[in-house]
Order: sequence, then C-alpha cells, then structure tokens
Amino acid sequence: MTLAEFFGCAFLAFGPPLAMFCYTISDSPIKIILLIFSSFLWLLALLLSSIIWFIFIPLKSYLIFGVVVSVLIQEAFRFIVYKLLDKTSAGLEELAGNSLVIHNKTVLAYVSGLGFGIISGLFQSVNILADALGPGTMGLKSGSEMFFLTSATMALCIILLHTFWSIIFFDGIHHRNKAHLSFVILSHLFFSITTLLNSSEIYSLTIILSVINVILTMCFAFKIVGGTFEKLKRCIIC
Amino acid sequence: MTVLLIVLYKKRCYRIIHGWLIMSSFMLLFLFSYLYLEEVLRAYNIPMDYPTALFVMWNFGVVGMIAIHWQAPLRLQQAYLIFVSALMALVFVKYLPEYTTWVVLAVISIWDLVAVLSPKGPLRILVETAQERNEQIFPALIYSSTVLYSIVESAGFNQEWASTTTTVTRPASDNLTEAQRQQQQMEEEERGIKLGLGDFIFYSVLVGKASSYGDWNTTIACFVAILIGLCLTLLLLAVTRKALPALPISITFGLFFCFATSVIVKPFTETLAAEQVFI
Repeated sequence: MTLAEFFGCAFLAFGPPLAMFCYTISDSPIKIILLIFSSFLWLLALLLSSIIWFIFIPLKSYLIFGVVVSVLIQEAFRFIVYKLLDKTSAGLEELAGNSLVIHNKTVLAYVSGLGFGIISGLFQSVNILADALGPGTMGLKSGSEMFFLTSATMALCIILLHTFWSIIFFDGIHHRNKAHLSFVILSHLFFSITTLLNSSEIYSLTIILSVINVILTMCFAFKIVGGTFEKLKRCIIC
Repeated sequence: MTVLLIVLYKKRCYRIIHGWLIMSSFMLLFLFSYLYLEEVLRAYNIPMDYPTALFVMWNFGVVGMIAIHWQAPLRLQQAYLIFVSALMALVFVKYLPEYTTWVVLAVISIWDLVAVLSPKGPLRILVETAQERNEQIFPALIYSSTVLYSIVESAGFNQEWASTTTTVTRPASDNLTEAQRQQQQMEEEERGIKLGLGDFIFYSVLVGKASSYGDWNTTIACFVAILIGLCLTLLLLAVTRKALPALPISITFGLFFCFATSVIVKPFTETLAAEQVFI
C-alpha cells in the first residue's frame, strides 16, 4: 500500500515536469545548465528567507509572515535571474553557439521557470514522499488520509505555476508592463496563502482554489506567448 | 601517493603504473562490487544463490575491465567509470569516521588547488611532462565527454586509470583545455571536457555524506551546489584555458550548502511541511 501510494504521489507531482524536461530540455545542454542555474538561485532565495524567518524570533510562530517574506524574496530572485540572463547573454551565446535558445526570451523564461518550479516542488514534497514509503499509513489513527495526495497535487501546482509565472514575469519586465508583474506576485501570494488553510484540512477548498489559479495563470501565459484558441485547435486536431 | 605516481611517470616506469591501474580497477570491479551486492541483497532481504552471484559478478567485472582498459561504446565506458567512482565513494562514506570525512574533503580541495596551480605542484609537473613528451595525459583515465580519436601511440600508455587504492590523495583533476589538446593531437576531431575520476569520487563522497543524515533537502541542495560549482569551474576553464583544479569551488559550495541547509533551511521547511504550506 505504501509503495503504491509513494509511486502514485510521486508520479502525480513529478510526472508532467519530468515529461516537460524530457521533451523540451534534455536534448540541449545549455538549457540543462540554465535549469540548474535557476534552481540554484531559488535555493539562495530559500536560504535568505529561512535566515529571515530564523532571525525574527517573535514572528516565528506566525507562519504567514515567513510565507509572505519568502514569496517576495522568490519574486525578487526571479528578477535577479532575468537580469543575470540579460547580462550574460553575450557570453552564453559564445559558449553555447546556439543563438536559437539564447535570443528567444520565452524559451529562457520557460527554462528558468521550470528550474524554479522543479527545485521548489522537490524541496517541498520529497521528504513527505520519502515518509510515504515508510511503514505507517496516514489517516489510520490521526490526520487525514488525503494528506499525501494533497501534498503531491500542491507540488504539481507549484511546479507548473512557477513555469507560467516566469514566462509572464519576464514578459512583464521586457515590455515594462507593471500589470503582468503584479499579477505574478499576487498570484503567488494567493497560492501560498491558500495553502495556509491546509493545516485546517479543508483540502477540497485549497485544491480547487489552487487548480483554478493554475488554469488562470496557464491561460494568461499562453496568451502572452502568442497562443490563440485557433492555434490550439489546429495543434490538437492535426 | 600522487608524488610517487609523478616520480614513476617521470622515470618512465610505465609498466608499474600500468600494472597498478589494472590491479586497482580489478579489485574495485570484482571485490568491492561483490561486497556491495552482498549489502544490497542483505538490506532488501533478497536471497541469491552463489552460482547466480558468481555468474553476475563475472560478467559485470569482465565487461567492466574491457570497457575501462580497452575499447567499448562511450556510454558503457562512462557508466562503468561512474559506477566505479560511486563505489569508491561509498567505501569512503562507510568506513571513514564522521568528522574525518568532512576534514578530508576540505583538505583535499585545498591540496588540489595547490597541486594543480602552484609551479612545483605534482599535477602541474604531470601536465607539463606529458606536454613535453607530446603524450596524452593518461589518455581516457579521465572521464571524457566525447570519443577520442587517439592517434598518438605512446608506449602503450593508453590506460584507463579507474581509481587509486584506499589511500587518500590522488591526482584529482586534469582538466585539459581545448587549446592544450589541440596542441597534442592535431588530427583529433572531437573535443570534449575531461574531468578526473578523483573529482567524481569526492563529489560522490560529499553527496553521500550529506544523504547519510537522512534529509533529502540537504542532499538535493548539496547536489545542486556541486553542479553549479562545476559549471563555474568550466566557465573559468573556458576563460583561462589551462588546467584547473575541479574540486575546490564545487566542494566549497557543496559543503557550505550542506551545512546551511541542514542548520538554517531545514527547520523552516519542516515547519512548512508539517502544516502543508507551500511557499
């Protein structure tokens, strides 16, 4: 039972990102390096937010403080990723020799968003998954039996969301569109604050709200990269 | 150990080095692999009869020897090199005491820095001697990312140096730059990045030690940090175009992130995970 649960939750959380990685990123070494690079920057953001949470001892018990600070720091680091990629684009081109990737801002945004997402999803779900493999069963004596499923769903949502957010964010910076930037920040805050309800175990509400968030952000990102309903229809039908 | 090796190389005692390489890779591929197989079977409570084990080990070992010391498809050779390095690292993680491992990692990256960059450093002498003699530096002893079209025949010195014995120091990094390799072999078609096997071993030791604390976050953070260190080293390589030590930057990043994650990030993520809050 635990093995089945482990594999089920693992593939639920990491199936789509793995597919995205295998089909779009694994063939190009420069994209892999960019992915790892943005993962590293997310780790730095996490480190910084942990330090701040650590230091402000009176506010430590109010998780909402830590969450809001962390969200803002992550978005700041997303901005830093953009700036770094911008500054090093000449050097990257020399190294990679593949200007198709470097000059295409959307691809860069996608790769760095996926990097953020994968490391974020990994960090927040892998310990839970490892516990899922253990001998116990959640919900038998206490807790909710939906715990692992919710955890995996949320991990999937955050991975996808990070990808879309980066696309919208990079576009917002590039075209100096404040509305896009504020959409990303508000969406992230909305997602994280919704998850604060998870402790009260109203999983149905949090999952539904998060999935709505994902779909909305997905449509927005799709529109930004120039997708239309017509193109989508042609893509599916042909 | 390194100094002994350099002395042997300088005195052209190729046979001794040759024999030592074969012996150490033989030992690793057969003895240590068998011990590892035993441990795995014991851990998962899987019974296996001796004939099957003998058959598996024999095939595995022989293919390994051929892949490392002679010719084999590139991916197979790379796979065996990685396996052998990971096995070596496991030996370190399992048998070295707690703090010794950390100190060894720190000291060896400083040693690596000194050995490669200082003018009297053994590895630098190795690189320069090999250049003088117009030989490849321990051809394919290093993990190379592409196939070498090796034209230069040098006294049968085309051996794969799988790893050293259990003593600590080894020539860790022989990052040949593209410029140097072109000097040595004009006819070479493929250029690849070469990384010493000792580097693999010590990266694996670091990640193995980080994972032995049971926390996945620390392991993943360490892993990403080492990769970024390696990227930075390669970047530096592309800029400076000479042999560089691969250990210091990666090990420093890895050690820093390992400790930072386990001390500072872990309480935060544990609190978040308990409430299932996603940031």
